[in-house]
Amino acid sequence: MIDQLFVLAIACVVAIACALPGVFLVLRQVALMSDAISHAILLGIVIVFFIVKDLHSPFLIVGAALTGILTVVLTELVIQSGRLKKDAAIGLIFPFFFSIGVILITQFAGSVHLDSDAVLLGEIAFAPFNRFLIMGLDLGPISLWVMGAVLVLNVTFITLFYKELKLSTFDSALAASMGFSPVVLHYALMSLVSITAVGAFDAVGSILVVALMITPPATAYLLTRQLKRMLLLSALIGILSAVMGFFFAVAIDASIAGAMATVTGVFFLLAFCFSPDQGVLQKYLRLKAQRVSFSATMLLVQLLDHEGTDTEREENTVSNMIDHMGWTEPFVKQVVRHGLHQKAIIRKGDGLFLTDLGRELARSAMTHT
Amino acid sequence: MTPIESDSQDIAVSVKDLTMAYREKPVLWDIDMEVPRGVLMAIVGPNGAGKTTLIKAILGLLKPAAGKVEIFGKPFESQRYYVGYVPQCGSVDWDFPTNALDVVTMGRYGHLGWFKRPSKMDRDLALDALDRVGMADFADRQISQLSGGQQQRVFLARALVQDAMIYFMDEPFVGVDAVTEKTIVGILKTLRDQGKTVIVVHHDLQTLSEYFDWAFLMNVRQIALGPVSEVITQENLKAAYGGRSAIF
Repeated sequence: MIDQLFVLAIACVVAIACALPGVFLVLRQVALMSDAISHAILLGIVIVFFIVKDLHSPFLIVGAALTGILTVVLTELVIQSGRLKKDAAIGLIFPFFFSIGVILITQFAGSVHLDSDAVLLGEIAFAPFNRFLIMGLDLGPISLWVMGAVLVLNVTFITLFYKELKLSTFDSALAASMGFSPVVLHYALMSLVSITAVGAFDAVGSILVVALMITPPATAYLLTRQLKRMLLLSALIGILSAVMGFFFAVAIDASIAGAMATVTGVFFLLAFCFSPDQGVLQKYLRLKAQRVSFSATMLLVQLLDHEGTDTEREENTVSNMIDHMGWTEPFVKQVVRHGLHQKAIIRKGDGLFLTDLGRELARSAMTHT
Repeated sequence: MTPIESDSQDIAVSVKDLTMAYREKPVLWDIDMEVPRGVLMAIVGPNGAGKTTLIKAILGLLKPAAGKVEIFGKPFESQRYYVGYVPQCGSVDWDFPTNALDVVTMGRYGHLGWFKRPSKMDRDLALDALDRVGMADFADRQISQLSGGQQQRVFLARALVQDAMIYFMDEPFVGVDAVTEKTIVGILKTLRDQGKTVIVVHHDLQTLSEYFDWAFLMNVRQIALGPVSEVITQENLKAAYGGRSAIF
């Protein structure tokens, strides 16, 4: 029971720690960097492991973070060469590093607990058993301490450099002209992402790191248009995904990390469809409403055109709208309903007649075009 | 705010032997330019002439292959607080989650320096600037919902709160409506009348003499610098545009 609580606590801390720098990755359109870094660090971990022969050495974290930053540097060099676009450059370096890491593990570390499955998905269920002991005193799981420290680091950095990060993300040229070096900020942010990925890697694996860094910020981006709220909302969505994913995994006895990543995806899908501001459904409804109201105005103009003429009886009818305007019957019904609701028209049988308000609306529509 | 010793006061921007290349191709070739203080100057030339590159090189955003840039007689790095910059409107992501007031407040960041947060005073300055460009009612508006002209006004307001001595603006009239264009020109002239130096990358030769006092005509190399009437001669335009200049 207490171990399960630890698993939840670790997952929540990881979720917040990943979401915060993730917001800036998404806004800078380098979300894929999280993927690159979280995979490339494997090489650093393996190499340092061969040197120190201890899976719990803190040097593993240092080595991994350095490989993460090396990935960023090499990617930037490829981009600056001007020969490849950003996305290709990002996708180029990390599979190379990752594969070397995998080959080294399978060739030389067969007997150690360092296998490629654990690398991808981690094993958060075991994280609580890896304790932090000082002189025999049990201080809880190491992962919680490591990720807690990473979280504090991330929150501190983003709070201190909020203004600078915002400016260099929005307008790097102005930032540079003011003396806030976008290059320095970029590398600082990428170092933060590396450290976060390394810390989270052991507990949750690289796929969940990527899911938690990109998906909650991307979801929050669809829900708010304010940077501070986007940060808070990302953290909140991350926590919710971690908690719900955990119980989902327990219920169906599945991989915890896999379930958490799935839930982040579900949240994104929901926001994508139903966001009040930018959701697909809202956009569809708005577009449809616009079409109906525009068509209703067309209808008023048509009625005004033929009002009082000899052909009024044939022209200004519901059935003529279907023939004349090329609208489908259900659409004509919608348009007429809109007009009736506006109190711009009156319907008598098949015939349609303008009210005073309708005439006025039709005239003003004509003069405005 | 008096940045400088008196003898270098008169030259706001000085560029010497500036050369830049992209791979092997020269983009700027041996540019020498001295812009006196208090002029409203256009940088004109055909597409690909290196106008934006020149501004970016002056602001230290691009590293030149050779040459020297001075602002009031000193290197740009020590003078950046006296310089305001309006990049091309299209160079930023207008879907960024923020509002107009916040973008204008960013103009204060240079004065604040690292760590320090904008205060109420900075926000008030930003509101004033929005008012000056006729955007007071749009302070809370999401920037994604602004029209091209409104975006440009927000950028101009942001430059105003930079409270600079020299302004560099990259194509502030692109994608704006006629009313906005008049507003911007009015503000540029006010800045000039206050003794500030304004340097604008400009496209439209038709409006040149109406909007600007000075012009720098270039096409990779410099062609002419001086009062608009002296710069815009048939010979100079031919040198810059080849046979492509339509207005004379």
